[in-house]
Amino acid sequence: MNNSILVVVLASAVTYGTPLLYSALGELVAERSGVLNLGVEGMMLVGAVMGFWAVQTIPGPGPLVLIIAVCVAAIAAGLMALIHAFLVITLRANQIVSGLALTIFAGAGGLSSYLGNDLNLADAPAKHAFGAFFPHSMQTLPVVGPIFFEQNALVFVAWLFVGGVAFYLARTRPGLNLKAVGEAPAAADAMGINVTRTRYIHTVVGGAFAGIGGATFSLAITPQWVDGLTQGAGWIAIALVIFAFWRPALCLVGAYFFGAFAGLPFTLQARGVTVAPELFQALPYVMTILVLVTVSAAGARRRLGAPGALGTPYVREER
Amino acid sequence: MIRVERRLEQPRWLSLAVPIGSLIVAFVVMTGVLLVTGHDPATTFRRLFDSAFLGSAELNATFVSATPLLFTGLCAAVAFRMQLFNIGGEGQLYVGAIFAAAAALLVSGVPGVVAIPLMIAAGALGGALFALIPAVLRAFLKTNEIIVSLMLNYVAALVLNYLIFDSLSYWRDTSSPEAKVFPQGKPLPDAASWPLSHIGGLELPFGLLLGIVIAGVVWVLYSRTRFGFEVQVIGDSPRAATYAGMRTRRKILAVMALSGAIAGIGGASQDGDVRHLLDARGLSAAGYGYAGIVVAALARYNPFAVVLVAFLLGGIQNAGYTLQGADFPSGLVGVMQGLILFCALGGELLIRHRIRFERRRPAESVA
Repeated sequence: MNNSILVVVLASAVTYGTPLLYSALGELVAERSGVLNLGVEGMMLVGAVMGFWAVQTIPGPGPLVLIIAVCVAAIAAGLMALIHAFLVITLRANQIVSGLALTIFAGAGGLSSYLGNDLNLADAPAKHAFGAFFPHSMQTLPVVGPIFFEQNALVFVAWLFVGGVAFYLARTRPGLNLKAVGEAPAAADAMGINVTRTRYIHTVVGGAFAGIGGATFSLAITPQWVDGLTQGAGWIAIALVIFAFWRPALCLVGAYFFGAFAGLPFTLQARGVTVAPELFQALPYVMTILVLVTVSAAGARRRLGAPGALGTPYVREER
Repeated sequence: MIRVERRLEQPRWLSLAVPIGSLIVAFVVMTGVLLVTGHDPATTFRRLFDSAFLGSAELNATFVSATPLLFTGLCAAVAFRMQLFNIGGEGQLYVGAIFAAAAALLVSGVPGVVAIPLMIAAGALGGALFALIPAVLRAFLKTNEIIVSLMLNYVAALVLNYLIFDSLSYWRDTSSPEAKVFPQGKPLPDAASWPLSHIGGLELPFGLLLGIVIAGVVWVLYSRTRFGFEVQVIGDSPRAATYAGMRTRRKILAVMALSGAIAGIGGASQDGDVRHLLDARGLSAAGYGYAGIVVAALARYNPFAVVLVAFLLGGIQNAGYTLQGADFPSGLVGVMQGLILFCALGGELLIRHRIRFERRRPAESVA
């Protein structure tokens, strides 16, 4: 029963959806403050490479090293986001170009490759990796075994993140301030909220999330370092934020949905079904375009959650 | 404290000084990165420069690397000038390459004078059609063109892969036994190879010359015609353009089609100048479309500056390929391109604003 196609697809949806979920949550937080960061792919790769480096070099018991590695990944990616934040918030640079610059700078063929090469990380098996969180006896349970109990700790931590971000946005003062800054920075400024600081903090935190997303690849899904390991997951994460109408809970649904498409070609191939994998791989992108079109056609972009000031710098003198 | 004020007038010398200054700053930061990671900056830069610009063979290779960047740079510059963020140059280049390869294969047997213009036209058509998807959505439904063109890059890359690796398409070579094991594109007929111009020991690809001509055309179009004027007004102040009765919707379609067509011709040039088949892996590994955005931003959307910057970044990219492996740090090219772009973006602030340092007055915070 655990080999039935539905169970396998659902299990791989959770596995492949988790990095998307982290990165999309991070992008959501940044976008809610009004900062669009197209550098997710680059930040994920830097997180992945630095997380893997930490696992290979830091001595100590496995679980502790893994926790440190995730933190290292988050900090490294957060620093990448800081570059973007400085350029677009302080220097008022174009957010799109700056985000792309970040992906070129940090992504495949950039800093992540440079670091992977310089720290000699390629072709080495991971010393520690996230394994199944629950004991083996539970993993063999029908249906819930593969989907739930075989998963690693990062999958469950991601759920905490979803709940945390949702609670933060809806129920806390800083979260409400964040939304105010993203919707109407001039009004937020008049209320006494520090727009610049709010945007800086959330852009950097968003980057840190993306770093954890990248580390999910190099520490759990495929515990190794390969150049360009994330294979475009960062772009899907950006699409996912729109797909989820800027809501954390919908991010969770969307991440697993897109994750299913990422895993489906392998699953089908293993069963001898030959369908062009490109078909499934293209679906998330096409669906995101369709969602965008529906949303904009309905003229309901704002009502559905796009932050009003997304992509525009805030200059007090020019409001 | 630092105050940033908008300049009322932008001095002309700044628009030259700032890009050059950004390049210098980028190289200084790069030196720091190399030092921190234990590489000798002088040797690294020396080798980079030598294998990019010193010697005719090196220059010829740089011309080849610069050609696609020239096209994608113009593609981005044309659209970005109107604040239309077409970041789909990557995908439009693929579709142009697919169309141009199809054209070359279809008319095999005809001489080059017929085949080459047909490839150019087909590439332009493919790129323009693909760019019209985000354009139509933006013009009529106000859908964000950034995300749509970005998503379409991936769709185009997957189509390209599908045509060569996962189907027995018209473009795939199925004649030889090894081509079945290692999928690759059907070789294009000889007439579809674009000519090289020999100038004093240097070989200029036809695509490069074509790109320079297109840069000239774009310059005339944007600075000497009503169309260009309207595009700039719409870019700088959409509301003023609407009040003046300019037809924004048509301009969006026209500019995106032009932008996509230029990227598409870049794809055709890849088929004709370099690869001589539809090279799915080579094209998608190169990332010309994204690098083109770097080119356009550094050139500040000026078509002639795009030519220069494409040559410069083409040199860096070419040197990156040549020096790959051995003891040359990989990933250096991306890091450098990113740094240059960061500095150019930061420099943009200096062109538009002046920065004043003044003492913080306590009264200000109370008021």
